[in-house]
Amino acid sequence: MKIHQVSVFVENKPGRLLAPCETLAKAGINIITLSLADTHQYGILRMIVPDWQQAKEVLERAGFVVNVAEVLAIEVPDHPGGLADVLRAIEQAGINVEYMYAFSERLNDKAMLVFRFESADAAVAALAGCNLKLVSNITPAGKKIT
Amino acid sequence: MTTRFHPASSPDFVPAPQLRELQSQRLRAVVRRVYDQTKLYRNRINEAGLRPESIESIDDIAQLPFTVKSDLRDTYPFGLFASPMDEIVRLHASSGTTGKPIVVAYNRHDVEIWAEVIERALVSFGLHEGDILQNSYGYGLFTGGLGLHYGGERLGATVIPTSGGNTDRQIMIMKDFGVSAICCTPSYFLHILDRAAEIGVDLRSLPLRAGIFGAEPWTDAMRQHIEQAADIKAYDIYGLTEIIGPGVGAECHCQNGIHIFEDHFYPEIIDPNTGQPLPDGETGELVLTTLSKQAMPILRFRTRDVTSLVSEPCPCGRTIRRIHRISHRTDDMIIIRGCNVFPSQIETALLEVEGALPHYQIILTRSRGLDQMEVQIEVNAQILSDRIGAMEELQARFAKQIEHIIGLHVVVTLAEPRTLPRSEGKLRRVMDQRNL
Repeated sequence: MKIHQVSVFVENKPGRLLAPCETLAKAGINIITLSLADTHQYGILRMIVPDWQQAKEVLERAGFVVNVAEVLAIEVPDHPGGLADVLRAIEQAGINVEYMYAFSERLNDKAMLVFRFESADAAVAALAGCNLKLVSNITPAGKKIT
Repeated sequence: MTTRFHPASSPDFVPAPQLRELQSQRLRAVVRRVYDQTKLYRNRINEAGLRPESIESIDDIAQLPFTVKSDLRDTYPFGLFASPMDEIVRLHASSGTTGKPIVVAYNRHDVEIWAEVIERALVSFGLHEGDILQNSYGYGLFTGGLGLHYGGERLGATVIPTSGGNTDRQIMIMKDFGVSAICCTPSYFLHILDRAAEIGVDLRSLPLRAGIFGAEPWTDAMRQHIEQAADIKAYDIYGLTEIIGPGVGAECHCQNGIHIFEDHFYPEIIDPNTGQPLPDGETGELVLTTLSKQAMPILRFRTRDVTSLVSEPCPCGRTIRRIHRISHRTDDMIIIRGCNVFPSQIETALLEVEGALPHYQIILTRSRGLDQMEVQIEVNAQILSDRIGAMEELQARFAKQIEHIIGLHVVVTLAEPRTLPRSEGKLRRVMDQRNL
């Protein structure tokens, strides 16, 4: 149901984004999707990877401070109004969407979005009645997300 | 808690009148020695209209001229030595961030005194023969390493001379050798704590029971943090290169003030502006006179450390007086927009918000005539969130708490881990880029 998102802090300076990506690359870890939240001074690079524990360990060993958050990966029907249906269910349950971003690849002709809710568990419950698929173990590259 | 009486600490329990008699006798001798052996003191004593024999008792000490740090620079390298070179067995030097370092000398008698006061300090921390002491002070020109080393050996502890640096190895040794006490700068111990957590070592599960921290000021809040995070007692040891190195004073198990080994180092508190002595209990600048050192005695050294003398007896029974822990130095005070600010205040604010001390640095800049203070905080696992909003909120809380304590608006910025300067010796917390 829920998946783990790995975040690192990067200063808003040339080259800073490269360092965590390179660290993961050297360890052979593929970034399935990512999003960068930024302020003028720094950014938070959030990533979905096949094995979050391994990624956390590799990044920490390289000196990064790592945050792990529970997010939901939701398959959204790729037609007009698809996303609106999801958001309606969430809004009706009074759950706040902290942020969201899309998977870079399409899956089964559906769009896949990563949602960070105030409470992942509450969101899972709110979405239970909707005909939506919460992805927990299939990735576009056929790798397991843990 | 009571500590067993250790014979090494007996000079700490001498009745006050007897102590004063010893101090008077030693002061007369040291004044005579510096008058005869050093040009600087001979000239100063003459200029003050004194003769060496005018100083009859310790009560006359305030008549003597002060010594300031620049006197040691001006007489670089050997100008204040009061023993011939062939009697000097050791030289140390301060790090000297600007210009020449200062050089200090010890003869055989002085290195004995030094080991004695360190032994007395270790006894007052509850250490004894059989303790395993990891000495993570830097070995070299810095007085910390060798100072603790010989005092530890004199006590009969097993001293491990790890020196500073190579933190993973420090942690490995601490664990594998069953270390019971460690000495280093408090900022280095925080670094050890961070690193231990990263590599999955819980210091609370080790035999380590005492930390001996000095060479830089640290707050009570920092002590609480260290004591909880490592499950040890954290003791303050005080000293300075110009006087002997570490071992000028030390806390006892009461952890309520630093006992000055005043049979060797006589403390006074003065008003830093007028130079006038202040009564016990009043806060001012600590001034120290070496009473027994021979190779390089120093009269009335202005330490720049701000504290007060405690005259009330200590529950531990030691008769030697205490000073309050050093909260700041007259020269680490930042004057910004007319306000006096001390790094220790920033530290207190950060601890209040986080409950743990993040690594930080203070940067002062001046833009269009207006001073700005920026506090850079290194992001750690407690600070990092995946939500920008939470990070910004935390920055605002830091800024608000600092403003609450110092009364000035500051800019709080976040830095990547391990990017702020660290030192395994003393830490430089303030970067003044104002070109004053």
